[in-house]
Amino acid sequence: MLEVRDLAKIFDGFLAVAGVSFDVPSGSIGAIIGPNGAGKTTLFNLITGHLRPDRGRVVLNGRDVTGLAPHDLCRLGLGRSFQRTNIFPRLTVFENVQTAFLSHGGRGWNLLTRVERLYRDETLGLLQSIGLADRAHEVAGFLSHGGQKQLELGLALALEPKILLLDEPTAGMSAAETRDSIRLIERLARERGLTLLFTEHDMEVVFSIAERITVLHQGRVIAAGAPDEVRRDPGVRRVYLGERH
Amino acid sequence: MIARVPWGLLVFVAALFVPAVGSRYHTFVAGDVVIWALFATSLNLLVGYTGLVSFGHAAYFGVGAYATGILMKKLGAPFLLAWPAAGALAGACALVFGFFCVRLTRIYFAMLTLAFAQIVWAICFKWNEVTGGEQGMPEIPYPDFGWVERWGARVPLLGGWRTSEYYYFVTLVLVAASLFALHRIVGSPFGRILTSIRENAERAEFIGVNVRRYELAAFVLAGAFAGLAGGLFGIFNRGVFPDFAYWTKSSEVLIMTLLGGMGSFYGPSIGALVLILLNQQIVSYTEYWPLVLGTVLVVLLFGFPGGIAGAVGALAGRLFRRLRSA
Repeated sequence: MLEVRDLAKIFDGFLAVAGVSFDVPSGSIGAIIGPNGAGKTTLFNLITGHLRPDRGRVVLNGRDVTGLAPHDLCRLGLGRSFQRTNIFPRLTVFENVQTAFLSHGGRGWNLLTRVERLYRDETLGLLQSIGLADRAHEVAGFLSHGGQKQLELGLALALEPKILLLDEPTAGMSAAETRDSIRLIERLARERGLTLLFTEHDMEVVFSIAERITVLHQGRVIAAGAPDEVRRDPGVRRVYLGERH
Repeated sequence: MIARVPWGLLVFVAALFVPAVGSRYHTFVAGDVVIWALFATSLNLLVGYTGLVSFGHAAYFGVGAYATGILMKKLGAPFLLAWPAAGALAGACALVFGFFCVRLTRIYFAMLTLAFAQIVWAICFKWNEVTGGEQGMPEIPYPDFGWVERWGARVPLLGGWRTSEYYYFVTLVLVAASLFALHRIVGSPFGRILTSIRENAERAEFIGVNVRRYELAAFVLAGAFAGLAGGLFGIFNRGVFPDFAYWTKSSEVLIMTLLGGMGSFYGPSIGALVLILLNQQIVSYTEYWPLVLGTVLVVLLFGFPGGIAGAVGALAGRLFRRLRSA
């Protein structure tokens, strides 16, 4: 589904991502972990077209998509959520998701129809499945942090992605919110047959749902494999897990 | 409840009666307000809906005014051709300038719009053969209303007005039609996408929106409608002059938009009305009009960031809730 080959990015002489390669097979749930500053978010930004890599390739479904603009990647089935919550704060919850449907459905250049009724059922259906149906007409910026994260997931799902990249989906959440939100993500991924790749610092979350873990340290992959293998890897224990255990 | 009243229609009908009820002066002021309302609303498509602050919107107003003026005065083209041409030409200019402007953001975007507007002004000011240079182009003819006179003899109320009053009616109808079109545009899926860009361009990009292309489209539409306003204004003003495209005009229309409230569709029209009336009134009392305007703006920006429309809306909402709870 997604292949990353030897991806590198240099910021002012600092090697933020130093030749990273990994695969995300179709239908799998993969995680990228690593201490702060390991280059996780930069790596994500390289994959999703926000940054242009200095070296390497990104291949999506057999097609080289290195350096494509985010809006083009969206059309190819790559969805993304952000570490900072990233929604349309002064639109309602309904309007947020509806806008994503409009864009995805290619209706954005329609200057004549009234917007209110378009994609109504789809929007309400999606809000139902992410648990925001009863808040549809609230202004999105007034939702709780957890609510906004849920909404962001909704924005990504409206685009019917084949692969979804989540950058710290539970950042800033309480323990209870984290649990709910992980269950939600897992359920949605299974229901829709999504391929999932996420970064996360909460180890419990990572080991509970990831099938494959890639460990990043100082911009390099130091280990990759099933959760058990990664957990046993001495290098990982030293640089990463060791900090906590 | 308040939102269901067809305010636009009511104001339109009321405005139709101005020549019958008021003096020539009243009709003149009303015509001025109506044209500036369209100009300010076209700017609000950028500022209020897309989140792009243009400091050079007068360029397109000026291009429209010169297009209509040259076509009607020098080439003897009919108004029905010259007016749409103003929109088309201003839109074309906006396409060329906008192509560069939307590649920049925020203050750089604003500065580039200003730079292009000053280029337009300089061309109008210097190109004597075509634009009349510094002297401008006085005596733009009115559209031909002979046919209305002939018909008017048979239909009551239609005949017997002055040419300037006929022109006022034409202006009113054309501005109303343009505002209706703009209203449709901001309420369409396209308008929603523009709003999403204003709210969060990064996120818009990642729901698949080609942000630059939409910004350019908004820029062209705003320019075209400004051009239509300019086309009407040149004839209304009985002449076209380089200062139509000068930066002071750009700031004037921006002030109207802020004053009226860029958060609502009719805000800029209200801003045009208030600013023009204030100007007329205060100038007769004091020569310090800019001082008064400055004070009004400071109070407004700090006290009522939503402009007049925002303040009235909040007040109406509060009254309505109080009435309901009482």
